[in-house]
Amino acid sequence: MSTRTDTAPLHSPLSAADAGARVGSDAFTPSLATPRDYFSLLKPRLMSLVVFTALTGMVAAPGHINPVLGFTALLFIAIGAGASGALNMWYEADIDAKMSRTAKRPIPQGIIRSGEVLGFAIFLAVFSVVALGLLVNVLSAALLAFTIFFYAVIYSVWLKPSTPQNIVIGGAAGALPPVIGWAAASGTIALEPIVMFLIIFVWTPPHFWALALLRSDEYARAGIPMLPVVAGDSETRRQIALYSWLLAPVGVLPWILGYASVVYGAVALVTGAMFVMYALRLRKAAEGKATVKAAKSLFGFSILYLFLLFAVLLAEKSVGWSFGQLVW
Amino acid sequence: MVTAVNDQRDEEGIVLTPEQKRARRQRSVALAILLGVLVVLFYVVTLVKGPGVLNRPL
Repeated sequence: MSTRTDTAPLHSPLSAADAGARVGSDAFTPSLATPRDYFSLLKPRLMSLVVFTALTGMVAAPGHINPVLGFTALLFIAIGAGASGALNMWYEADIDAKMSRTAKRPIPQGIIRSGEVLGFAIFLAVFSVVALGLLVNVLSAALLAFTIFFYAVIYSVWLKPSTPQNIVIGGAAGALPPVIGWAAASGTIALEPIVMFLIIFVWTPPHFWALALLRSDEYARAGIPMLPVVAGDSETRRQIALYSWLLAPVGVLPWILGYASVVYGAVALVTGAMFVMYALRLRKAAEGKATVKAAKSLFGFSILYLFLLFAVLLAEKSVGWSFGQLVW
Repeated sequence: MVTAVNDQRDEEGIVLTPEQKRARRQRSVALAILLGVLVVLFYVVTLVKGPGVLNRPL
């Protein structure tokens, strides 16, 4: 006889979760959650971006970091980023349940109880920061702690539900990993990782607003004041274009400042111009299907753009064209 | 019915379904692997850092 069918149902504080299936989630039912469910709480795709950009910052930093320590730093940076993702999922479980993109996450599905997620996330956050501090250095650990706090509290709790500029300011959390990677390798902060920070920081608004244009109905239903919900599609497209004009020169900065080679400069110039072109195409697109198509194109290209810039920076350092050594 | 279930629990404890057993086993194995990896990682990092592992200037 299964205990799941015989025990009295408990009520979750999350009304949306109560409305859906709550498999294995009441107090008397042993969990059905697998390691894969816990891993999904860490937002693996976000983690992969964090690891990639942190690796670039680490490799670009002056000096040499032992590969074991480098791997260790990346591991705990990834775990810290995952912890902030899990904290975000815990806090936004009721919102996630209302949006198709996020409704299948473990809490709204009732696979893992929200309290378990909170404990899991806090443990990982503290563990990753302490381990990074003990095994690598205190500066990188402090930066990781600040990033987790910024994403989980400043962005998720404060900015996201209160202002359409949420993603502009909150983008700082996603932009910090190269600085953490640099700090892990060198124990310092310099202008070079701050330029990398700037690239991701300016890239974030057009990237997320392109997605928000596609999901504005869901954001409105969930009560999240994303720019398309508050200011409308037209204003969002105008601001996407403005940020794209800003992003193109910022993307070229590493070459202009002499931190990267002419190869990087050429890639940044061409892809930056393409970014602006995609943004202008979205700006001028007719309402309806044309806007959806243009927003999808921009969203897809924005991912490729960031990947290409950081991949070239990473490759240049790997083949010996290190930052500051091959200029103009 | 709840009384009956509670009575049964007193006698047998909570009886896991095969699915619940499988999930618990997977979680246990994953935890064991992670703990093992962390032990090895901390050991190797200690070797790599050498005596400097105790040198922690703020």
